[in-house]
Amino acid sequence: MAKSPETEHPNKAFGWAAKDKSGVLSPFHFSRRDNGDNDVTVKILYCGVCHTDLHTIKNDWGFSYYPVVPGHEIVGIATKVGKNVTKFREGDRVGVGVITGSCQSCESCNQDLENYCPQMSFTYNSIGSDGTKTYGGYSESIVVDQRFVLQFPEGLPSDSGAPLLCAGITVYSPMKYYGMTEPGKHLGVAGLGGLGHVAVKIGKAFGLKVTVISSSPSKEDEAINRLGADSFLVSSDPQKMKAAIGTMDYIIDTVSAVHALFPLLGLLKVNGKLVTLGLPEKPLELPIFPLVLGRKMVGGSDIGGMKETQEMLEFCAKHNITADIELIKMDEINTAMERLAKSDVRYRFVIDVANSLSPP
Amino acid sequence: MQRLGEKYQSVEAFGWAARDSSGHLSPFVFSRRETGEEEVRVKVLYCGLCHSDLHCLKNEWHSSIYPLVPGHEIVGEVTEIGRKVSKFSIGDKIGVGCIVDSCRACESCREDQENYCTKSVATYNGVHYDGTVNYGGYSDHIVVDERYAVKIPHTLPLASAAPLLCAGISMYSPMKYFGLAGPGKHIGIVGLGGLGHIGVRFAKAFGSKVTVVSSTAGKSKDALEIFGADGFLVSTDEDQMQAAMGTMDGIIDTVSASHPILPLIGLLKPSGKLVLLGATEKPFDLHAFSLILGRKSIAGSAIGGIKETQEMINFAAEHGIKAEIETISMEYVNTAMDRLAKGDVRYRFVIDIANTLAVTRS
Repeated sequence: MAKSPETEHPNKAFGWAAKDKSGVLSPFHFSRRDNGDNDVTVKILYCGVCHTDLHTIKNDWGFSYYPVVPGHEIVGIATKVGKNVTKFREGDRVGVGVITGSCQSCESCNQDLENYCPQMSFTYNSIGSDGTKTYGGYSESIVVDQRFVLQFPEGLPSDSGAPLLCAGITVYSPMKYYGMTEPGKHLGVAGLGGLGHVAVKIGKAFGLKVTVISSSPSKEDEAINRLGADSFLVSSDPQKMKAAIGTMDYIIDTVSAVHALFPLLGLLKVNGKLVTLGLPEKPLELPIFPLVLGRKMVGGSDIGGMKETQEMLEFCAKHNITADIELIKMDEINTAMERLAKSDVRYRFVIDVANSLSPP
Repeated sequence: MQRLGEKYQSVEAFGWAARDSSGHLSPFVFSRRETGEEEVRVKVLYCGLCHSDLHCLKNEWHSSIYPLVPGHEIVGEVTEIGRKVSKFSIGDKIGVGCIVDSCRACESCREDQENYCTKSVATYNGVHYDGTVNYGGYSDHIVVDERYAVKIPHTLPLASAAPLLCAGISMYSPMKYFGLAGPGKHIGIVGLGGLGHIGVRFAKAFGSKVTVVSSTAGKSKDALEIFGADGFLVSTDEDQMQAAMGTMDGIIDTVSASHPILPLIGLLKPSGKLVLLGATEKPFDLHAFSLILGRKSIAGSAIGGIKETQEMINFAAEHGIKAEIETISMEYVNTAMDRLAKGDVRYRFVIDIANTLAVTRS
């Protein structure tokens, strides 16, 4: 008979989980494995709330295995390190992001691209390397193989730095890979949410001119005055969109809902590149003519490898890039999820786990 | 009858044109301009039949101007040069491809990518800056600015060089630009037609491993034995396609008809690139996951710039790459078009203009 989540592993654990596709989160008792020779046990301080958490608890993509304990933007303190662990010591401030397992021997893993390993496993809602289900950061602690733990740089705050572990790397990696880092070039950021606002900051740090493309005119003031964007384009204004045709070298498209790609492709110059990062449940319409006539490209990207994630954290620490967050308590999570569904957050919720998660 | 803007078109020309969207071609007397200072007059020797010719003849893109003289895979001999011409001499064998002018000032033109200039002028069915409509290579001669013509090395047989001017550059350019050309790379080529077969030859010359992906199982023999492909996948065979998933660094898709693209994305390795050459009007349903998981990308490509076309011709000459052609007479062209529509050609028709056009003039 299958073991229950509480007895599966030797150590009691506590967090909040969604039990079905209503997505309502509530207290949940489960268990975590012993700290193995290669493992680091992390007492969780903060955990960011990613839109993927919302998609997963609602089973939007059809592969949620309840109960789901979400959370993959984790910052905490290492409380135990296994005897083979060399990179970390007890007391270190560490981060855990989107993935916590991979085969560690394939071509992708050998190129530090664990995120593209066919056997990669996620921090939550996944089957880990030990064959058991993974539970994420809306919990007191987590045990992770050292390869998937990150050193949190000094100077990077734990709370506003937490979202970098998913949102940050998700925009940083494609910007590097697709060559969107040439100073003076023009980057469009479509969607000003958790990913978008970090993309603006990282884009400016690369020396790019940044235009935010958004359907919400109300976000213009913040985009320019607080986030540092150079300009703001209202995507629902046909005249403004027409005037901006062929002006952008790159576009990072962070919009998570189904939306039209044709107008965005029109904004690109010849040879321009659009990276799509959102994961809507339905397909997007991709027109072919603009691609052929202007040698334009639409590419995807999925977080980043561990080495690159560490590099991204150092980059953000150096450039003082953090997320703009709203700190919440664990028991406010359901309200936060409702607000997130309406994009009512500037720009990332972060759960103050250590101070608000207490077993009943 | 002269149209406005045609007052400088004073040299008589003869070719074959379609008068309406039936696409039926027949003899057509017209006129071309005098040779300008920077232009060359070219006696057309051969002209390839491109599928674009067929699309245009039938007005499938809703932009055809009749009478329409197609032809943009032109190989000919220079018979006259303008006084400022420096690239060519009389008697040179040269090629003219898909464009005969561009704005010359935009970023694309300045970077030798005239093919992406938004004001580029097509060799046929294009409107020149002086308002005149261009007539293409199904004719006895053409006048072109030297900037838009390329030299054909004497080692390249002329008839089989003609298709390189469109089909050849259409395959060569994306292979180079997207980093798919070279040892260690595995390229998939979708569609074994006019473009696909030349693509296989270029890819092999680059040292890449090549797999042809085709819906026509019968083309396997040619793919492997004549063109040297390393593998052949029948795209409608699910088992074969499944077994090949995640094996290709890049795919060049030459198919212009609407077809499923998701299985092609599946064939790509992580970071793989799918390059589409055929522009269909119907958009593609993009499942974001298919690109995101594996960091894959989809791009388009359209022919190549003139400098690159010359580079491609030189490369072809160096490696003995030519198109596999069926030479036809001018009179046969309507039958050839019917056969082309059914994909019944191995693998490009080329009209022997020099020897078979004049005789059709009654």
